[in-house]
Amino acid sequence: MTRSTALPDPRRASPDVPLAIEINNLSMRYTAASGDSVLAVDDVSFSVRQKEFLCVVGTSGCGKTTLLRIIAGLAKHTAGSAMLRGQPIAGPSADVGIVFQGAVLLPWRTVLENVMIPAIVLRLDRKRSLQRAHDMLALVGLADFANAYPKELSGGMQQRVSIARALVHNPTLLLMDEPFGALDAMTRETMNLELQRIARDAETTVVFITHSIQEAVFLGDRVVVMTPRPGRIAAVLDIDLPRPRDLDVMATEPFGHHVRSIRTLLNARGLTH
Amino acid sequence: MMMRALRSNRLQLAAFTVVLLGLWQMGVEVLAIPPYLLPAPSSIAVSLYGGFADGLFIRSFFITFLEAVAGFLLAAVAGVVVGTLIAQFRIVERLVYPYVVALQSVPKVAIAPLVIVWFGYGFSSKIVVSATIAFFPVLVNVIVGLKSVEQDKLDLMRSLNASRLQTMRLVQFPTALPFIFAGLDVAVVFSVLGAIVAEFVGSQSGLGNLLLTFNANLDISAVFACLILLGAMGMVLHLAIYHLQRRVVFWGQADSTTRF
Repeated sequence: MTRSTALPDPRRASPDVPLAIEINNLSMRYTAASGDSVLAVDDVSFSVRQKEFLCVVGTSGCGKTTLLRIIAGLAKHTAGSAMLRGQPIAGPSADVGIVFQGAVLLPWRTVLENVMIPAIVLRLDRKRSLQRAHDMLALVGLADFANAYPKELSGGMQQRVSIARALVHNPTLLLMDEPFGALDAMTRETMNLELQRIARDAETTVVFITHSIQEAVFLGDRVVVMTPRPGRIAAVLDIDLPRPRDLDVMATEPFGHHVRSIRTLLNARGLTH
Repeated sequence: MMMRALRSNRLQLAAFTVVLLGLWQMGVEVLAIPPYLLPAPSSIAVSLYGGFADGLFIRSFFITFLEAVAGFLLAAVAGVVVGTLIAQFRIVERLVYPYVVALQSVPKVAIAPLVIVWFGYGFSSKIVVSATIAFFPVLVNVIVGLKSVEQDKLDLMRSLNASRLQTMRLVQFPTALPFIFAGLDVAVVFSVLGAIVAEFVGSQSGLGNLLLTFNANLDISAVFACLILLGAMGMVLHLAIYHLQRRVVFWGQADSTTRF
């Protein structure tokens, strides 16, 4: 059932399908405000297959957000290599959509105008993008709110808008940085269910950062477990629960087994969740 | 409900004003205060009416009003342009900002005599003094506003490889708008101050000029009439900015200007 994979991840897809993401011996060191040199990510290696849903779980300060920023091209690693579909990551790519911890909506633009931001910046064909924006809003269940302003929406709805925005330019990779961390537990479960459907329908690869073990197991095809100071990968677990998963899966023995395995891995480093 | 509460508030205020004016009128009469020290409200009203009747007040009001508005517009445009350059370009910030701070600490009123020498007794000197005084609140608020954009929003734009101009247009400028309006609100009142100061220093017309003449003649009730007109001018300009802000910054998280 659960299989802890040795590092670096030896599993490769068939050679004719390039990996969505390939991280090899990646480290990131930065100089803190105090002048100390801090190792945020230490010798991390893993890969993500195309259309895979990969979760990265760890406590705060384990470098998981730094890792996401490196994949997004927003931060630069100091050692090792990071590749996106076989190309070294040199900066932000139009092939990536990002969902941040907050919804990061512009309050002076309507929901539809917010979703259109990537299309405007990337100068995509306006008519086709508008159609796509409407489609993405329908996908996240907000078709009726295109002309609303962000302040009229709840936190969960705002985060749905930001997911639609991240998908509007049709990226092959969706990066999500604890997107549901600010939501209440029940909204969060609903959003997890929805996200599973959205990711399947949008046919994108997803890298999902979270500090919730349950969320990681529920959503992920695989879960990367990270431990802090310095940020290292403790294990990569296969989550072999059948899809589509519903919330009842959380009460099953295999689910509980995965959660316990991850908690043990995290506790082994003297950390409690 | 809200309309009714508002109306009853205004009614209370009006009643309070009537009581105050009544006390003032009675105090002046009972204590026999000479009119060259403190005129009664009734004699101020007479002066006000007389000034309007012969057209002097209206003419003077509009001269000062035009000076202030022209100075304000100049300050607004200059403040937004210079503030944007300082916020956007490190080199401009390093070279220009120290001068801005140094100039800011000079009392702007003190340069009015110099401006009169350079620009003469006419309109232009009034506009320049008015603009100089109104410039700084706009400038400071533009800089603060442009720099107040959350890192997340900048990351979003950067993740899309947005150009500097796109980031400016889509995120920074709208974010700065509430701050800019707060600056404009201060600036519009300052612009009236600047016009009056310049008129004091050297002029042939305008409310400031008129006020000095009345003061020299000890026609204090006419001085009060001028002050009322200046107050009205400041209020009109403030309300104009306030309503413009409500329309432009309709998402209004920070209601930057106070409500009257």
